[in-house]
Amino acid sequence: MANNKKKNMTMTQQEYQQLAKRIEPKRPVLKNCLRAFLVGGIICVIGQVLMEMFIHWFGFTEKTAGNPTVAVLIFISVVLTSFGVYDKISQWAGAGSAVPVTGFANSLCSAAIEHRAEGVVLGIGGNMFKLAGSVIVFGIVTAFLVGILHLLFGVGR
Amino acid sequence: MLKGHQSWTFASKPVIAATATVVGPDEGLGPLGDEFDIVHGDATLGQKTWEKAEKALLEEAAQRTLDKAGLTGGQVQFYIGGDLMNQIISNTFAARTLNMPYIGIFGACSTSMEGLALAAQLMDAGAAHHVMCGTCSHNSTAEKQFRYPTEYGSQKPPTAQYTVTGAGAALLAREGAGPVVSAATIGRIVDMGIKDPFNMGAAMAPAAVDTITAHCRDLGIEPGHYDLIVTGDLGAVGYAIAHELFAKHRFPIEQTVYDDCGLLIYDREKQAVQAGGSGCGCSATVTYGHLLKRMQRGELRRILVVATGALLSPLSFQQGESIPCIAHAVAIEAGGEA
Repeated sequence: MANNKKKNMTMTQQEYQQLAKRIEPKRPVLKNCLRAFLVGGIICVIGQVLMEMFIHWFGFTEKTAGNPTVAVLIFISVVLTSFGVYDKISQWAGAGSAVPVTGFANSLCSAAIEHRAEGVVLGIGGNMFKLAGSVIVFGIVTAFLVGILHLLFGVGR
Repeated sequence: MLKGHQSWTFASKPVIAATATVVGPDEGLGPLGDEFDIVHGDATLGQKTWEKAEKALLEEAAQRTLDKAGLTGGQVQFYIGGDLMNQIISNTFAARTLNMPYIGIFGACSTSMEGLALAAQLMDAGAAHHVMCGTCSHNSTAEKQFRYPTEYGSQKPPTAQYTVTGAGAALLAREGAGPVVSAATIGRIVDMGIKDPFNMGAAMAPAAVDTITAHCRDLGIEPGHYDLIVTGDLGAVGYAIAHELFAKHRFPIEQTVYDDCGLLIYDREKQAVQAGGSGCGCSATVTYGHLLKRMQRGELRRILVVATGALLSPLSFQQGESIPCIAHAVAIEAGGEA
């Protein structure tokens, strides 16, 4: 693949890309990982605390407490997105704030806010899943494949 | 008049009679905040949509320019402008209000100098008494069109640049006080195969170097002819690469001061703008606001502004195309020189 890409480029282009590679600052991967771990962990701890609250104070069981917990996390994420804070957190936290359910809520909410200008149907309706759509599509495809494997081999039955 | 392969010299020396710049909150907080005519504290400008806000920026800049020159729209023969939006709607819609005969152009972030070069050429050809050129960009419209929704939490790499919210307009006249446009070089498309839209500095740097060397070759001058050569929006990455390329081509850039508008407009230490500013408004506001004021203060005699543009579309980079880039150079000299 890498060779294929290079074949289509002239010598000058290849030389230039090497020069550019050398100068451009790299993504700070280790720092990003640590931050993602920290923020993602904090979000999970908040989720756990919420879950315990629902179990101990509101009479949910361990199985049913998941739904209200997720709903509260989504609500917090939507509020933070609407106040223009979530994207600032994300620049610092990276995957830490993108991977949990809060990131999914942020992708829906931000697209809905952004495209409100184009109307409720064409704007919000048509664009809300612009980013989240691919998560849902590939989520369903993966679930389907796993379902077939489960049917064929009966894993985990 | 054609000079060399791709340059024009303007014997009639069209005068930049007036300029105006309007910027948003982040640019106002930057180191050049005091140099702009209007600084908006609210990025929406009280408008309902980002697109309307961008149009309003340009309308204000154009109106302010007319006021400064003491002219009405009817006295300006042509308005030349463009922006980053699909179908250059910001300029078209602003031109609807300005009611001047309109020439729409697209040069992405190179539009500022493309417009100024064409305006000077119209003046030099005797095609007009007054020509206005302008351009604008808005951080949120650019994010919306080229990247993700503004509030979407994505982590930008350190090579990314921050689109300037701002508009700049300039009015050319046949005579009067003010700096003059003496020459211009129209750039060629240079594509070095860079595909990453979050690294436009690296994509555009070769185009800037190509145009600057072509300008000096065509006019038979050395970079030392200018007190300052400034590129439009290469940012930290592109600026560093441009330096390397000059050295590689043994081009004596050290004869002059070389800077970049994308580095001048923000304080990269304090403002979260990654590699620096970009967008049509970047070179327009820095040139028409900051640099021309420095010329008026007598700090600069001759400058070369090289606006750089990445001519990609949201579709082209998703389809894996590389980014074609361009740079247009305009030489501005302090007025009143024999």
